Amino acid sequence: MVATGFPLAAFAPLALEVAWWVSVIQAFLVINLVLVTFAYLTLAERKVMARMQLRYGPNRAGPYGLLQPIADLLKLLHKESFQPAAAVDWLYVLAPFVAAFTALATFSVIPFGPGWEVAGVYIPGQVADVSIGLILIFAIGSVGIYGFIVGGWASDSKYALLGAMRTCAQLVSYEVSLALSVLGVVIMAESLRLSDIVAAQSDFVWYVGPQFVGFVVFLLAGTAETARAPFDLPEAEQELVAGYHTEYGGMRFGLFTMSEYINLITLSAVCVTLFLGGWHGPGWDGPSWLGPLWFLAKLAILLYVFIWMRTTLPRLRYDQLMRFGWKILLPVATLNAVVTAVLVVAL
Amino acid sequence: MAQPLDTFKGFAVTFRQIFRKPITQQYPDFKRAVYPRFRGRHRLHTHENGLEKCVGCSLCAAACPADCIRVVAAENTADNRVSPGERYARIYEINMSRCIFCGYCELACPFDAITLGNEFEIAEYSRDDLIYTKDMLLAEPIKRVPVQDPARYDTPAPVYKERS
Repeated sequence: MVATGFPLAAFAPLALEVAWWVSVIQAFLVINLVLVTFAYLTLAERKVMARMQLRYGPNRAGPYGLLQPIADLLKLLHKESFQPAAAVDWLYVLAPFVAAFTALATFSVIPFGPGWEVAGVYIPGQVADVSIGLILIFAIGSVGIYGFIVGGWASDSKYALLGAMRTCAQLVSYEVSLALSVLGVVIMAESLRLSDIVAAQSDFVWYVGPQFVGFVVFLLAGTAETARAPFDLPEAEQELVAGYHTEYGGMRFGLFTMSEYINLITLSAVCVTLFLGGWHGPGWDGPSWLGPLWFLAKLAILLYVFIWMRTTLPRLRYDQLMRFGWKILLPVATLNAVVTAVLVVAL
Repeated sequence: MAQPLDTFKGFAVTFRQIFRKPITQQYPDFKRAVYPRFRGRHRLHTHENGLEKCVGCSLCAAACPADCIRVVAAENTADNRVSPGERYARIYEINMSRCIFCGYCELACPFDAITLGNEFEIAEYSRDDLIYTKDMLLAEPIKRVPVQDPARYDTPAPVYKERS
């Protein structure tokens, strides 16, 4: 191997070979788990939000409304797949799939366990242990934005176009801060590979401590990235009809909603991985099968915080959103990265 | 500088609500008692001797702002006496899909023959079913609605003074 200035850890070969069929099964399981999480996240969101507003939330379908996501799915599947006459056919159809695909693909690099050896077969802790995992997440996320923009544009509706423009402007602005907020972690862990970043946090020095500023910036920018309240301007129901997916109905609308929620789940998962110690327990890891459970617990807490935030904070005005992004978040994130770099080099 | 702090106070407020009981009334399971003077489905009344109070004067139809009452009167005869007056309502129909439940018919009626009851669950699958005939209005309503204790809630009926 040619010696370069890069940290070699990023290019080290995999410790153990992974059989291809293990990856396929794992991918299948992870995708379905994410989909189930998405389904019940929608229910949890409606329930938690309802309780915070002194309502019950959905409680008709099944006990405690537990079958509500399935009822919603069936309803969406039964609906007519309506299409505006002036819509650009293939883009209009393609956009939701792009959005959903990219949302699901991101989850493949997130480690949710230490890796296991079952009956002589090595099962890694993530579907793909990519050495540039973090960059891949941001890259796929950026492709996902195309789904939203193209969908809004191809619908040939002014509201959809306005929504798509807002989505575009907001996501581009906040992606800068999001990427910069992560730099501190990358500098400290000296790797872009997510499993390395998790390993660097194994002794309960989660990066939420030393990288607290980065964590806060990541959460805020991430809220804006996933278009959640109080940064949900792309689909501000009260001003735009529904944002970029105004002209979508049925399961295509469902795919857009799904990709939004899965983006939120992925973002929370990335946050857990980068700042909250990934699958490590708080000070005590326990047996290795506890890893995914620790991961899920942290994920649930983070998702709860996002729901909580949605109930509490009113939406920002558009100029406030832009000012906050460029004048506060971006300088803070930059400063955080620079200070971290200086400290890591100096110490 | 108070604003960031207030934001966190907001989080505390929303979090506290989780532990409170929701104020939602689960309507089909739990039917809230209506107030005694709630204006619901109409009723036509009869005298104790079985004669109808309505004399077919059509004042209710005249008072109705939604024009949903149709009255066709006929003469009482010796062998067909329906009401104590000269005439009775041969046809008395209320179109519930037009009615706005203002209660003017009740006020206009000189014999208290029509009053507004407490029933509000009068939805139907067909518009035709919403036209209530005299038989339906005379009959006791099928669905009963719980009513609040009048002693606690009823306010005295307004007295309309003669204009001098």
